[in-house]
Amino acid sequence: MKNLFRYILIPVLVISFYSCKKDNYAEPGTFLTGSLMYKGDSVNVERNQVPFQIYQYGFGKVGAINSTFQQDGSYSQVLFDGDYKLIIPNGQGPFVYKQTSSGAPDSLAITLKGNQTVNLEVTPYYMVRNTQISGSGGNVTASFKAEQIITDPTMAKDIERVSLYINNTQFVSGGNNIALKDMDGSAITDPNNITLSVAVPASALTQAYLYARVGIKIVNVEDMIFSPLQKVQF
Amino acid sequence: MKKLLIIITASFLLAMGWGCQKDSSFLNVQPNTFLTNDQVFSDPNLVLSVLADLYNRQVDFSGLDNGWASFTDFSESFPSENGSAYYVQRTGWAYDSWGLNWSDSYRYIRDLNLFIQRDSASSGLSVDDKKRFSAEGRFLRANFYFEITKRYGGVPLVLIPLEYDYSGKVDGLQLSRTRESEMYDFIINEAEAIKNDLPSDMTEKSRASKGAALAMECRAALYAGSIAKYGATTPAVSLPGGEVGIDASKANGYYTIALRAAGEIISGSAGSYKLYTATTGATPAQLSDNYANLFLDKNSPETIFFEDFKTGGKTHGFTINDQPYSFSDEGGDAGRLDPSLNLVESYEKLDNTYAPLATVDVSGNPIFYTGIQDIFDGRDARLAGTVLLPGGKFKGQTVDIWAGYRLADGTIISSDEAGHLKPIVAGGPDVQVVGADGPINGLELRTQTGFYIRKYLDPIVGSGRRGQGSTVAFIRYRFGEVLLNAAEASFETGDNATAATYLNMVRARAGLAIPLTAGDITFDRIVHERRIELSFEGHYFYDMKRWRLAHVRWDGVPTTLSDLKTNIGKATKHSTQPWGLWPYHEYAPGTPNAGKWMFKETLPALVTGSNRFLFGNYYTFIGDDIRAANPQIAKQPNQ
Repeated sequence: MKNLFRYILIPVLVISFYSCKKDNYAEPGTFLTGSLMYKGDSVNVERNQVPFQIYQYGFGKVGAINSTFQQDGSYSQVLFDGDYKLIIPNGQGPFVYKQTSSGAPDSLAITLKGNQTVNLEVTPYYMVRNTQISGSGGNVTASFKAEQIITDPTMAKDIERVSLYINNTQFVSGGNNIALKDMDGSAITDPNNITLSVAVPASALTQAYLYARVGIKIVNVEDMIFSPLQKVQF
Repeated sequence: MKKLLIIITASFLLAMGWGCQKDSSFLNVQPNTFLTNDQVFSDPNLVLSVLADLYNRQVDFSGLDNGWASFTDFSESFPSENGSAYYVQRTGWAYDSWGLNWSDSYRYIRDLNLFIQRDSASSGLSVDDKKRFSAEGRFLRANFYFEITKRYGGVPLVLIPLEYDYSGKVDGLQLSRTRESEMYDFIINEAEAIKNDLPSDMTEKSRASKGAALAMECRAALYAGSIAKYGATTPAVSLPGGEVGIDASKANGYYTIALRAAGEIISGSAGSYKLYTATTGATPAQLSDNYANLFLDKNSPETIFFEDFKTGGKTHGFTINDQPYSFSDEGGDAGRLDPSLNLVESYEKLDNTYAPLATVDVSGNPIFYTGIQDIFDGRDARLAGTVLLPGGKFKGQTVDIWAGYRLADGTIISSDEAGHLKPIVAGGPDVQVVGADGPINGLELRTQTGFYIRKYLDPIVGSGRRGQGSTVAFIRYRFGEVLLNAAEASFETGDNATAATYLNMVRARAGLAIPLTAGDITFDRIVHERRIELSFEGHYFYDMKRWRLAHVRWDGVPTTLSDLKTNIGKATKHSTQPWGLWPYHEYAPGTPNAGKWMFKETLPALVTGSNRFLFGNYYTFIGDDIRAANPQIAKQPNQ
């Protein structure tokens, strides 16, 4: 038994010494952070659905570093210092991103030397303004204004529907909700004052608060644009 | 000594005699380990064995030799295998889902091109053999390009074996993507060019025939037409170079081609194909058996082209993986593919209307059924032909699917161990409280939706054993699909009466005796009929893609019970999570409901994700390595 213990102990010691060797490279430590912005307002989207890509040339690797925006439009990426290019691929996000004349997404050159914040200016089709969400009597009611930002007739798009989502966690969207209420774009009489109301499922009332957002689905645009997240007390 | 001298001299002489042979006859020995091209392409039997390999390398989306999992996903079924729970726990698909191995695919295309080239160069084959082999090679090549196009849209169309000249320059080999419309044009034109070189023989099912070429043409034209027509609803899913997306003005032309090709098959010019109808009778059970047998009978007049299997050669494990657990031939291998309630409830009632399976009455009280199968009465016969329902029979035995006892106060008595015995009321006798086949949440290899698959399940003794496997064939093209193609093409070109005629042929076989009239034909009807008739045959996903319905059906919003029970039969109904239907035995001694059955719609506990299909999923991602090696290849849209 004592012998067996020794046989086990020796390899364990040997193995643990191996791991004392220094790694070849330091891990990446520079933070590139920022947010999707439109004229000083952050653009709220669905979590993990709007991607961006960072390219770095010169290392023989092909392809991009892929990542996605948070639901408040922010992003954060740990990288090495160096020269990078950032794009948002075509057809992603509820907004128009700058393009080159050939139609490719315009890349943003970023030289990283220490932590850096780079905000990405985009032009959303719509913005959700003046959102007021309140809860009472087992219902959550939201009123907001859908402000059309892109009005150029060659690019403007209609509203397909507006939706109110509620959830008992902070992640609130079409895929993460406990209840939702849709209204077709054709049913909107006054885009400056849209009101939606949804009944809270009985199972969710055990919690004293909920999170809610309203979103606008734009025709032929995949991603929705949202209002800032709001905590609703009961 | 003298003797020794003689022996030595004699052997010297002998050895020298060897040396007298001519060098040419001594050194030029035919190798007996491989055959040269000339040898192979002068003997039809050898060419056929080369061709057999090429047939074997065809790819299907769902295939009996691709594994059971190629039939699952899309909320049409639940994967009852713990390692595969991710199918129902993810919230969408990666852009590279449903890809093919790019290098293997082009290696296969190169082999097909070489085959066609060598066949046409050969001098030792008869003219007829040469023609037929060449046509078969071209059929396989067109069919494979079709499979690639369904996944990727336009790809480089390579029709000759490309050679590298070791010059260090590869510009000539870096081909750009062909337009999606030209891919479909190629498939259609190839089918037209080779159809008369192939035999019009309906008994030829595992090799290409005229019927197979026409069926491929018909399907390809239909796909192209619908991409042109419905692609207009999703302008974001297109590329400026046309590699993805087809101009809407071409839709009518493609539908017309589809109709013409279908017409040639239906008129019998390629062989007298017809729907499989055995002569056993017309009770609902017999109609269901007939539909199930269509996939088992290798001489079915409905099958146009299939991938065959043979004991002692190539067999597959579909029956092993999906047989009912309680009488599995192979302990611990069963029940993986469980059709969902989403699919089951969409089978029509015999009066051509849609209705959810009645579990509760208008005031929300459970409905009690005397027999466990009574709830499914009066439905399309294809339901019991496709799905092994609770109380259904396979290999002469009855599946034991029920979720537990329900007491009068609504309490459920069940167990997390299949077939478990325990008392129902305190101090009572031990009785079985849950079926030996489940359903139990999280218990793999038993059903977790309340249903097993029946389609393709092989009733032959031993088919469920790993050592033997099943030889049921996978049908790639069949007459029933041709009729549905014709119906869709007729509908899209404005001829609803003809569309109704074709749909009614398929529906009559399923026991839907009341014919649809021209006024009944809508887009929803077409979508519904294909989903039902062609379920688990690898069509559903491609159909949803070409109609640009995939992002509507799989919109990422969880499927609630009321979503499930409403809008049945609507093309735009969303279906993002596979539900189940769990039967319960009513325990209420002394009441009229004692021993009867009630049912609950149940979302299996493992289902936590909801499918979301993005615009970027319509065309599979082409790898960064591929695009880096060939910068001519355009990136897919929305990725």
